[in-house]
Amino acid sequence: MSIKKHVKLGLSALALSVSFHAMAAEDPIKVGILHSLSGTMAISETALKDTMEMLIEKQNEQGGVNGRMLEAVVVDPASNWPLFAEKARELLEKEKVDVIFGNWTSVSRKSVLPVVEELNGLLFYPVQYEGEESSENVFYTGAAPNQQAIPAVNYLKDELGVERWVLAGTDYVYPRTTNKILETYLKDMGVAEADIMINYTPFGHSDWQSIVSDIKAFGSAGKKTAVVSTINGDANVPFYRELGNQGISSSDIPVVAFSVGEQELSGIDTGPLVGHLAAWNYFMSVDNDANYDFIDAWVEFKGDDKAVTNDPMEAHYIGFNMYVEAVKKAGTTDVEAIKEAIIGVAVPNLTGGIATMMPNHHITKPVLIGEIQDNGQFSVVWETSSTVAGDAWSDFLPGSRDLIADWRAPMKCGNFNVKTGSCGASAGEQALADAE
Amino acid sequence: MGILRSLLSLRLASLLALLMAIAAPAFSQTEEDPGQALLANLADASPRQMDAAIEAIVNSGDPRARSWLDAFGNNRLSRNKDTGQVVVVLRNVGRDWTIADPLTGENLGEISRRELDRVNINNAIRGKLEGVLAMLDLYSTNPEIQRTAAEAMMGKVNETVIEPLNNLLAQDLPAPVRDRLELAVAIYQLEQGDAQAKADAITALTGSLHSRARAALNKAVAGDDPAIAASAKVALISIEQKLKINRAAETLYFGLSLGSVLVLAAIGLAITFGVMGVINMAHGELIMLGAYTTWGMQQLFPGQPGLALILSIPAGFMVAALAGIAIERSVIQYLKGRPLETLLATFGISLILQQLVRTMISPQNRTVVTPEWMSGSLVINDALSLTLNRMYVIGFALVVFAGLMLIMRKTRLGLEVRAVTQNRAMARSMGIKATRVDIMTFALGSGVAGLAGVALSQITNVGPNLGQNYIIDSFMVVVFGGVGNLWGTLVAGLTLGNINQILEPWAGAVLAKIMVLVMIILFIQKRPRGLFPQKGRAAEG
Repeated sequence: MSIKKHVKLGLSALALSVSFHAMAAEDPIKVGILHSLSGTMAISETALKDTMEMLIEKQNEQGGVNGRMLEAVVVDPASNWPLFAEKARELLEKEKVDVIFGNWTSVSRKSVLPVVEELNGLLFYPVQYEGEESSENVFYTGAAPNQQAIPAVNYLKDELGVERWVLAGTDYVYPRTTNKILETYLKDMGVAEADIMINYTPFGHSDWQSIVSDIKAFGSAGKKTAVVSTINGDANVPFYRELGNQGISSSDIPVVAFSVGEQELSGIDTGPLVGHLAAWNYFMSVDNDANYDFIDAWVEFKGDDKAVTNDPMEAHYIGFNMYVEAVKKAGTTDVEAIKEAIIGVAVPNLTGGIATMMPNHHITKPVLIGEIQDNGQFSVVWETSSTVAGDAWSDFLPGSRDLIADWRAPMKCGNFNVKTGSCGASAGEQALADAE
Repeated sequence: MGILRSLLSLRLASLLALLMAIAAPAFSQTEEDPGQALLANLADASPRQMDAAIEAIVNSGDPRARSWLDAFGNNRLSRNKDTGQVVVVLRNVGRDWTIADPLTGENLGEISRRELDRVNINNAIRGKLEGVLAMLDLYSTNPEIQRTAAEAMMGKVNETVIEPLNNLLAQDLPAPVRDRLELAVAIYQLEQGDAQAKADAITALTGSLHSRARAALNKAVAGDDPAIAASAKVALISIEQKLKINRAAETLYFGLSLGSVLVLAAIGLAITFGVMGVINMAHGELIMLGAYTTWGMQQLFPGQPGLALILSIPAGFMVAALAGIAIERSVIQYLKGRPLETLLATFGISLILQQLVRTMISPQNRTVVTPEWMSGSLVINDALSLTLNRMYVIGFALVVFAGLMLIMRKTRLGLEVRAVTQNRAMARSMGIKATRVDIMTFALGSGVAGLAGVALSQITNVGPNLGQNYIIDSFMVVVFGGVGNLWGTLVAGLTLGNINQILEPWAGAVLAKIMVLVMIILFIQKRPRGLFPQKGRAAEG
């Protein structure tokens, strides 16, 4: 090959890249994905990483956003909470991502908070959580307690006539806060102290014999009893198994769970669990064409006929579409512009409604109650008549009742106290203070 | 009232007619199958109209009513969005569902799930439906079905069924069915009857351990009739007395079962750590391998979970033993006598094994099916039933323990193992191949861990994190029992299991665990060599 030819080749390549550049206009939009792919949380978080990759792929097939392609930057924080902060820093400082989608556990979010606030990043958090937080840089696309726990309790009370309550949870921040809210809520409604039983178990608890036996005894006092379960992840399978073995059926003592979704059920034989309940904002079984399209795309993406979808995946779907809309609206990926543009953005969710980003960085969601079926799916038995806006600060906790969050100018505060008229420390500063 | 009564007798007549109809020739196909209207009525019913729709089906006396209601109760009734036809879903997995015609039973092939609109059922309706179906089943000639139906009637008796029930009770019934029904009627009388009926009901309920009976009595205590409340209270107190004994027995059983799980998980470690002195942090992952073997076997034998489970006992042993040999040969043999390095290296191996499973199989938990003969429980009385899967695990733990004892005491291998661990140099000079013994011992310990995994697959999650949950407990049991002593492991496991279950009800699971740990620490301070310390010169080395 002669030198001439080389030059020619080089020139044509240059020309090609120039014309290509002209078409793509700018660099790709970098989307950071911060989900554990190894360690204990991999069980839940890998599916979310895949969801993001699928959504990005679909968006690129449609030509990206504003003529710019999207590019996924995947890191693995390995279920290690401090590593979440390091990886977030890596994404924002080194990779210079425009937005991050990530986290599952609250403790990992708290560890990432100071970093995204310091480096002024954007984080979309897709999991139902305990509330009591609103950061300028975080968008909470999962449910706050008033979008899951409170409506579920109302359903049990009004539709099933439950008068006696077991609040069972894993011993960490989400169940403890949720149960505190529920306890106050129940007592406000006139439920006696003696009719509430609270029980906490360690992570991964596998021996449920005596607790289930206790629940059985608690339930034989003559009043309709239900279990409100904030038991996390793995511990649910042995819990449900023990319920089945000790002969507690859903018509005796129904269990309504806030952390059991399609994915958790795919690890068990659901025959004995039929009729137990879960409260979410999305179920895979929802009869809606947008949902069926999403499932079909997911099954195709995973190449697995049995792949299931769940609530946090829908939250990412909503969050991603909101971000895309905000970029279109702002015409840029500049963080400040997005923060302003995204409030009020409304996109369709997968259950046939519309999700809107509220000024407190939470979104509107319908609340659905589903009953477990024998095929590992839920059938929706009840839903709120309209969507419910997420409440960052619960009305049922003493310290938080007076706080509101509003990130629009001129307030721009995540915890404005309406009584004192002052704004507290930012969520990231608070997370740091709590850690010390 | 008169109308109600005639309705009731009509209802009873229709129930009987239904039974007769089963024997009668099948419904002939005309253009106007009444079933069509009944099903459409059910599918269109609002939650408030459901009762009436179900009743209409029962009262129709149609021989197919039972199958329709079963399908409805199992969430299998759907409506074709296009044609409006009500269909039964035979298979509801995947995108296309198999459906059948409920009228003829004819298979209608597959249809996209998008085309179907499920006929909704919720807990409240399901509860009522169970009552209705149980009422139908009471007329069955199969005593087993009758008994389950009678059990299901507990707490479901209402004013519509009380009369047929009383008529039924006037007939000849098997004793268990009669007992149950009398109890069910008494519960109803206590809630709805007049003063005399209430007093009779309390007499009937006295001594019953059934939770529904207690619930009814508790309600009566809170009721507004002081005389009834007082006698209900007396009945409750006598029941509580009986319950206490049952609760104690239950706690003991729970303790034994938790203990046997601990023994199973720890006994392999008692060999590798206790006898060989190798701190094997990957022990938990060997357990996990055993559990995954069970899952793998069930994949190989679909539809036969029992056979697969039995075959996984040798298979789980082999898989874990081979993995053990690989670990011993590749890592541990080079780290002999360096416990800290062994600890770190095996910890690394445990992480590698976990991630291997995560990437090669899935980060998700795998479903391991419990065979029919292992699910449910053995009912001793209304307050005490022993869960079967746990009972099998207790038995299995004891068999494994006995087997290991035999190997260590009665076989050549056991003799050599003991010789090598007591005095390696001396054993070698007697012609024992110490390296071979090392491999065999480690394989044995690992294989037993695999067996534990097979058993654990029946009571907990089969996932990459399975091993982590048991490794600390295993070390705890071995140290508490006395390193190098199999009996110590057995006693320690059962003791810890029982203490944990006794503490748990009043301290809570978290605190109970902490208390057990503190107790062990204090105990080890007093007796550093555990419950059954090894004696003799070998122990000093």
